[in-house]
Amino acid sequence: MTIRIDLDIIQQWIKPCSRVLDLGCGDGALLKLLKQQKQVEGYGLEIDPDKITACIANGVNVLETDLDQGLTQFADKSFDTVVMTQALQAMRYPHLVLDEMLRVGQECVVTFPNFGNWRARFYLLTHGRMPVTKQLTYQWYDTPNIHFCTVNDFEALCTEKHIRVLHREFVASHQPDQQIKGIWPNLFSETAIYHLSK
Amino acid sequence: MPEVIPENSVGIVTPQVIQFDEPLTLACGRTLDQYQLVIETYGELNDSASNAILICHALSGHHHAAGYHSTDDIKPGWWDNHIGPGKPFDTNQFFVVCLNNLGGCHGSTGPNSINPITGQPWGPDFPPLRVRDWVESQARLADRLGIQQWAAVVGGSLGGMQVMRWALEYPERIRHAVVIASAMKLSAQNIAFNEIARNAIKSDPDFRDGHYLENQTLPRNGLGQARMIGHITYLSDELMGDKFGRELRSGSFQRGQDTPIEFQVESYLHYQGDAFANTFDANTYLLMTKALDYFDLAREYNNDPVAAFRHASCNFLVVSFSTDWRFAPERSREIVEALIAANKNVSYAAIDSNLGHDAFLLPNKRYENVLSAYMNRIAAEVVSQ
Repeated sequence: MTIRIDLDIIQQWIKPCSRVLDLGCGDGALLKLLKQQKQVEGYGLEIDPDKITACIANGVNVLETDLDQGLTQFADKSFDTVVMTQALQAMRYPHLVLDEMLRVGQECVVTFPNFGNWRARFYLLTHGRMPVTKQLTYQWYDTPNIHFCTVNDFEALCTEKHIRVLHREFVASHQPDQQIKGIWPNLFSETAIYHLSK
Repeated sequence: MPEVIPENSVGIVTPQVIQFDEPLTLACGRTLDQYQLVIETYGELNDSASNAILICHALSGHHHAAGYHSTDDIKPGWWDNHIGPGKPFDTNQFFVVCLNNLGGCHGSTGPNSINPITGQPWGPDFPPLRVRDWVESQARLADRLGIQQWAAVVGGSLGGMQVMRWALEYPERIRHAVVIASAMKLSAQNIAFNEIARNAIKSDPDFRDGHYLENQTLPRNGLGQARMIGHITYLSDELMGDKFGRELRSGSFQRGQDTPIEFQVESYLHYQGDAFANTFDANTYLLMTKALDYFDLAREYNNDPVAAFRHASCNFLVVSFSTDWRFAPERSREIVEALIAANKNVSYAAIDSNLGHDAFLLPNKRYENVLSAYMNRIAAEVVSQ
């Protein structure tokens, strides 16, 4: 089980012994980490059969769910935190998913790949083709990521929806991006991590 | 039986009969002063008795869940696909217990047994049973076997109802509940199908109001029809289409031909009905379908399943099958939603299958992976205890 850097950042914002819902939970890495380190109780939602089996093998509560159908089975504010890592861009209606997350959770955490990163821009500029990077290895026609956005796009959506940004963190894997990502995140961060509430 | 017993089979197994002499007061208010349960066990109980799994059978199931009774057996036990060395219910890891429920017709006390007061078979006078009575008798079986707490209680369909009842009645005696293709209560449509089946049995002149044993008759036609009706509801439309379509077994639609026409599906249903009528008891069928109809997990909890599940303390695995219309995936989701609202540990897998309700008995790679992953976790807990 690989622990991505963004999972380490997210766990700072999760209160011990709280109730967490993880949308698109993959193999359950985050929930397993949170359970071990913060005694968090929670459920992961996943649609991929192999990942569901992996969650079960990891001892993580997982519920087979199609997120595009909404979260109607969950009551308002029934979780302390609703998390979605690297999956918002794969949703059919990301803005509606965000609404649902903020309905079900007191707070929510969203991470997404920043399409405004200079490497993506440079790839598009020089190749004239949709960027294919180490993080985003798909071709345009087979990518599950159908709604890419940039840091600035996401900030604009939060403003429009009156969503409060409690924290924002940016991740870059290369130097010197790591040094300057804080100054100009839309250009230098690869992954954006937002802690939100309504 | 195959010429060589496969490595992943539990092999030749022998049922045991266990006698209980302590009276059992039933949900209906009547008491069974003594009774027998016939059981099979596979694998070894560990020293701390912490690796025991109870398998609860469905409507027409029994204690013979895995392996063969003799080298002459054509088929192994009803859940042999899933029980055995290296299978999801791994007998190298677990001590697996399966019984014929009270009221059954495969060796446990039921309508075919002799009523000690009259010296005659109980027949239709056998007390009506509820799912909770089975759970109660299973708890006494656990006592007898020296099992204080089951590592898991597992069941599909009516078996899943027993599992859920276990979780509520004996929360301290069950660590994991595996509920497969089940429901918290039957729908009106489910009850309607059961009533047609019962009506078929009762309308058979050989039924004699249930006193067929004394009259040396057997309501084979009625029981066969009941099974045919039931069987349709266990299969999906898609599967029946794939398996039989409109293929003819005999006759022809050619003009000028006057031979009787029989569709393959008709012949199949008759075969299923006849086979069942030869091995099952009509009064047991009535009793089991009634228990199924009456089951309502949350009835005594003000009809609130969340309040009901608050009494549970085990972890749950819930599994459904896409083309199951008898216990549809929606029924499983209701269970899962109530468990979430009650803040219980639960995982849910919705397995794609074209096999309808019967899918829970049959091989399916993904289903087996899910069960294995869950059971392996339990095995790891058992070892680390």
